[in-house]
Amino acid sequence: MAARATRLIAYIVFAFGLAMSLAARVQGLALPSRIVSLVPALTEMLYAIGAGPQVIAVSSYDDYPPEVRKLPRVGALLDPDTERILAMRPDLVLLYGSQESLIGQFQRAGIGAFSYRHGDLSHIIATVRRLGEVTGHVPEATRVSGEIEQHLDEIRRRVAGRVRPRTLVVFGRERLTLRNLYASGGRGFIHDMLGVAGGADVFAEVDRESVQVSTETLLARAPDAIVELHVGAMPSVEQQRKEKNVWLQLESIPAVRNGRVYLLYGDHLVVPGPRVARATEEIARVLHPGAFK
Amino acid sequence: MTSALAVQRPIRARLTTTIVGFGMLVIGACVLAPLVGSTRINLIRAFDRTIPFSNNVDAQIFFVARLPRVLAGVVVGAALASAGAVMQALFRNPLATPETLGVSAGAALGAILAITLGSPLAFGPFSPVPLASLAGALAAIAIVYMLASAPRRVLSTAILLLAGVTLNAFISAVILFVQYMADFTQSYRAIRWLIGDLDVGAYMPIVATIPFLIIAFAIFATLASSLNLLSLGADVAATRGIDVANAQRLAFVSASLATSAAVSLAGPIAFVGIIVPHLVRLMVGVDHRIVLPASAMFGASFLVGCDLVARTVIAPIELPVGIITAVVGGPFFLWLLVRRG
Repeated sequence: MAARATRLIAYIVFAFGLAMSLAARVQGLALPSRIVSLVPALTEMLYAIGAGPQVIAVSSYDDYPPEVRKLPRVGALLDPDTERILAMRPDLVLLYGSQESLIGQFQRAGIGAFSYRHGDLSHIIATVRRLGEVTGHVPEATRVSGEIEQHLDEIRRRVAGRVRPRTLVVFGRERLTLRNLYASGGRGFIHDMLGVAGGADVFAEVDRESVQVSTETLLARAPDAIVELHVGAMPSVEQQRKEKNVWLQLESIPAVRNGRVYLLYGDHLVVPGPRVARATEEIARVLHPGAFK
Repeated sequence: MTSALAVQRPIRARLTTTIVGFGMLVIGACVLAPLVGSTRINLIRAFDRTIPFSNNVDAQIFFVARLPRVLAGVVVGAALASAGAVMQALFRNPLATPETLGVSAGAALGAILAITLGSPLAFGPFSPVPLASLAGALAAIAIVYMLASAPRRVLSTAILLLAGVTLNAFISAVILFVQYMADFTQSYRAIRWLIGDLDVGAYMPIVATIPFLIIAFAIFATLASSLNLLSLGADVAATRGIDVANAQRLAFVSASLATSAAVSLAGPIAFVGIIVPHLVRLMVGVDHRIVLPASAMFGASFLVGCDLVARTVIAPIELPVGIITAVVGGPFFLWLLVRRG
C-alpha cells in the first residue's frame, strides 16, 4: 500500500515537474511583444518584416521608417539609458555586439538580448531571416530577404559583362576639401554593394572596412570613377557643384578628368538594412547608366 | 660641451652658426621629404614640362600631394615650436605649451561645431572647418586676455595660467557634450580632427596662415631679449628697464596667434610645442635670441621628418603625424635628458 502510494506521489511530482518545465520552455519560446532596438539598421528590418507593432522604443539615431519618430528614444551605442529601458519592461532588446556589459545586464534581468554586428551584404540578408525567427515573422522575413536577393541579382544581371570601372567609394570627408577622406576598404557591405553594382573597388586588397586616404594615395590609385555617399538630405544644386569641384585640384585622376565623380545623398546609402538593394541600384545607375535604360 | 664654449662666443657668431646648422637641417628635410612617400614616383617624369600637368600623375603626386604637405609641416612645426619656447619663457615653466592657454581647445571647439553642424561657411582660402577653428582660437585668446588683464595692472602670469587651465577644462567639457550629441560618423571625424594631420592637399590653406605667422614671428624677433629677462622673473626684468606688462602681453598674443594659425591648418598636433624648445635648449643653451630661431627651424624639420615616417611606415595606410611626434620625440628627449644629467 505504502509502496503504491509512494510511487503515485513520485509520478505526480514527476508529472508536475515535467509540466512546469514545459511551461517554462513555452514561455521562453513565447514571441517578444515589447522590443527595444538600439540599432537603426535592425529597426528598419523589424518594420520591413511586419514586426513594427512589437517595437516600443528605438535608439536616438533612428528616423526610418517615419513611424519610429513617434517612439521613445532610449540612447544608442555609447549612451544607452539602461534604467529607462528596464522600466519599459521589454522582452527583447536588440543591441550592438560591442555593448557587452549591457548584454550581460539584460540577461541578468531576464530580458532577451539580440546582439548584432555590421558585416557584409550576405550578413544583412541572414540578419533579416534571424530576426524573422526571433520575432515570429518567418514568412515575411523570408519574403523580404528574398526580395533583397532578387533585387541584387537583377542589378548583377544588368551590369554583367560591362567593363567594371575601378571605383573609389567615399563615405566621409571634410566639407569643401579632400581632407580627412574616408573610403570603403575591401571588406564590409559597402564594398560588397560596389561589387554588385558593377564597380571594382580601388582598395579591394585592403582588408578593412574603411581606409583613411591621403591626397597622394588618391592620385596613386587613380580611380576611373568616384562615388561619394553623403548622409542626410540633398543640398542645393549650387552646393553640390561646389563639393564636386573640390576634386578638380586632382585632375590627373581619370574619374575627375572624365567627369565621373558622382555625389549620392541619403541615409539609406550607408545603413546596412532592407534598403540596401535600393542603395546598390543607385550606385549601379551612376556607374552603368546604359544598363538601366 | 659645445654650449659651454658657445657661451663665451659673441651672440652674432653663435646666431650665424645656429642658423646655418639648423637651416641646413630644414633644407635637408624639405628636399628629402617630397622624394619619398607611400607610392614610388618617377622624378624625371614629375619635372617633365612636356607632359601636360593634368595627365602627369607623378607631377601631381609631387606638387599636389607631397609638396603642400611638406610645406604645411614646415609652417606648423615652426609655429608650434617657437610658440612653445615663448610660452615656456613667459610662464617660467618647462611644462607650458602653445596649448596651455586654451587656444587649441578653442580651435577644436570651432572645428567640431563645424563638423557636427555641417557648416557650409567658407571664406576666401579657408574651407569651413579651418575657418571655424581659427574663429574658435581667436575667441579663446580674447577671453583669456580679457580675464587676465585687469586695467592698469601687470598681466599676472599666475592668473593667466589659471584662466587658461580653466578655459581648457571648460571648453573640453563643451567639446565632449557636442560630441556626445553628435551622430556616430561625425564623432569619429571630430576625433580624427583632434589627432591632427598635415595632408592639406593644396597651397591656399598654407598661404592663408602666412599673414598670422608673419605678425607672430615679427613680434617674436623683437621679444627675444625681453624673454631672456622675463625668464629670470618679472621683478628682475622690471629692474632692468623692461616694460613687463607690455612684453608679457605681446608674448601671449604672438604665441597664441602662431598657435591659432598652426592649429587651424593641421589640427592640434601634440608634443612639438613642448618638446622641441627643450631639445633645442639642450643643444644651444638658453639665450632666447638663439633658442627662438633654432626652435622654429628645428620644429619645422622635426615635424617634416615625423610626417615622413607617418606616411611611409605602414603604407598605403597613413598614420596621423601626432602619433609619431610623441613616439619618436619622447624617447629621444628622455635619452638627451639622461645623457646630459
